[in-house]
Amino acid sequence: MTKEKLSGAELIVRTLEHLNVSTVFGVPGGAILPAYDPLYDSPIRHILARHEQGAGHMAEGYAQATGDVGVVIATSGPGATNLITSLNNALMDSTPLLAITGQVASDFIGNDAFQEAYTVGLTISATKHNYLITNAEEIPQVLLEAKHIATTGRPGPVLVDIPKDILNEKADWAEPKLEDLPGYKPTLEANPKMIQQAVDLIKNAKKPILYVGGGIIHSKANKELFELSTKYNIPVVTTLMGRGAFPDGNELCIGMPGMHGNYTATTSIQKSDLLIALGVRFDDRVTANPKFFAQKAKVIHADIDPAEIGKVREPEVPIVGDAKSVINGLIEKLGEAKIDTNDWLSEIKDMKESYPLNYNQEEKGPLKVPYVLEELQKMSEEDSVVVSGVGQHQMWISLHWKFTSPNTWLNSGGLGTMGYALPAAIGAKAAFPDKQILALDGDGCFQMTCQELITASTENIPLKIVVFNNGNHGMVRQWQKIFYNHRFSASELTHHTPDYVALAEAMGAVGLRMVEKSDVKRVFEEMFKTNDRPVLVDCVVDPDDMVFPMVKAGGSNDEVILNEDDLKNI
Amino acid sequence: MSERILSVLVEDKPGVLARVALTISRRGFNINSLSVGPTNIEGRSKMTIVTELESVEQVKKQLNKLVNVIKIVELDPDNTIESEVLLMKVSINKETQTSVIEKANLSGAKSVDVGQDYAVFELTGTSKELIKFEKLLKPYGIIEMIRGGRIAIQTKL
Repeated sequence: MTKEKLSGAELIVRTLEHLNVSTVFGVPGGAILPAYDPLYDSPIRHILARHEQGAGHMAEGYAQATGDVGVVIATSGPGATNLITSLNNALMDSTPLLAITGQVASDFIGNDAFQEAYTVGLTISATKHNYLITNAEEIPQVLLEAKHIATTGRPGPVLVDIPKDILNEKADWAEPKLEDLPGYKPTLEANPKMIQQAVDLIKNAKKPILYVGGGIIHSKANKELFELSTKYNIPVVTTLMGRGAFPDGNELCIGMPGMHGNYTATTSIQKSDLLIALGVRFDDRVTANPKFFAQKAKVIHADIDPAEIGKVREPEVPIVGDAKSVINGLIEKLGEAKIDTNDWLSEIKDMKESYPLNYNQEEKGPLKVPYVLEELQKMSEEDSVVVSGVGQHQMWISLHWKFTSPNTWLNSGGLGTMGYALPAAIGAKAAFPDKQILALDGDGCFQMTCQELITASTENIPLKIVVFNNGNHGMVRQWQKIFYNHRFSASELTHHTPDYVALAEAMGAVGLRMVEKSDVKRVFEEMFKTNDRPVLVDCVVDPDDMVFPMVKAGGSNDEVILNEDDLKNI
Repeated sequence: MSERILSVLVEDKPGVLARVALTISRRGFNINSLSVGPTNIEGRSKMTIVTELESVEQVKKQLNKLVNVIKIVELDPDNTIESEVLLMKVSINKETQTSVIEKANLSGAKSVDVGQDYAVFELTGTSKELIKFEKLLKPYGIIEMIRGGRIAIQTKL
């Protein structure tokens, strides 16, 4: 067989096709320009973002919705630096991402050339791994390796930086084969001894809790988790990243614990005698001060990343492995064991009844986000994908939305990146054009990446966007209210500027507005009727509403603040 | 002693030291010494990292996450040979010259260069021996001193 000579740029496109990549997100520019020429002829769909941060979040949204790798392309210098927020975001939330960046020509590297940034150096700590390509021949191999590293073990972002001269250099195309990576061998199968130790603890537990997170979703282990929970009657708390891993409607589901978790989820962990932690990392938003976290509980901690085990809390039983393999191991060893959790479940039920989530939507008063969310969920499809920004609205969605399946809740958990919602929703809609994708954002967040509305319109991505417009950086305002004596320093935005309806129209979308309770149903009906363009709803809400429950940062999860009245005690 | 010595086998690729150094500084680990050099295996380098007991587990785990880090072994202090090289330039004069050189030689240091008003010594030994040597010659005036970083090897197979 004669080998085919291709340019480095053609090798990129050929390899992406070979890796079954169907959609990429990006912004062209000088150094990456050669790669965009063969892309023009490729069946791969390129979605032109308006900013590289947006392109990165689109790829993340694509990846979070599909569980497959998201691909983003950017140029050198500012293209690469703009990408860093999304890379770090993907690292924190373990989202598989493949980033390809152009670099100045090899001879210019290190000379402070035009649009030169030290991309590999800048992104070492924002990626799982990164590469600088030094000859065209290695492109297929490195891209394959990069995808492999991004998608296996604990997923994460991998960046490949390619100098412009290498993009133009000719080399042979050869189908890449995965070679041995001596330093990269993720442990997938759990050690049976550890599983046995875990089973011994579970069998003797009186108040066990499954504390589960994003790892369940990455591992596609939701069915196994469901079996483990329902067969042995073990209740489940789902972290912010784990929402959807276990169905909210189920009576064993307690929902989200932590800083803004519901009372029962946070408190049942405190009362538990055994935490079965699966694919979670004892994040400070869950634990508050770890010294006071689940003091009565023994801990089984299973994670695919050994570095997470013992990082915050030393477990009684450490298990390194993929969540699915761990859960299957537990179910197999538990067999027909009966774990009597009836008393425990009724204690939890009592808590749920005594401390329900609540909100107060007055007939003529300003709109409250939880009310709007509940109305919206009633009118939306069951498997709709909800994408959120960061802050009050994010917490309200996580608390009030009923998630029933994995990959239907996309948000920026670890890094807390405002501006995530709109571009991530574009990525999700690009992956699933037939699914209902709802970008539910705050006004502060929306303003950080709102130019991507143009991307949605021009790329024919008919999203539904709801901007919860409280005219403020709401969570900042909430903290200023509680901890800074109502001194609202630099947190005010205004309800009126921009005019979101006019902004939507200017960007090729449909703009709608709701201000009072009687608007809600009508406006959402109109929103759902429009499917040929993106629709944005300016949902004007109460700026003084606060998210409760709440635990103070660095405080104890034994001290859950339930409402504004409780604030007097802190 | 709460020190722990890690012997870290890495791929000899550009940027590996930067990755290791960034991981260490990013996580705020205490590092007492770090040295790096080639091994007998082609394409493999070895880093010797001396850290404190309290950080050792996390240092190991975080470094292991690096794709270019192949293997990390914590050396057993009872079966480990440790060595470090030191170069020291000491100020001398007619009066002190003899005693400085004599003391250095008695400590096992080699005089590598002796000028009119300075002498350069080279000493290889454990870090304790190097510290002792520094104290010994300090009164004469140390002009410059460099230590090469600790390296270590386990004695048993």
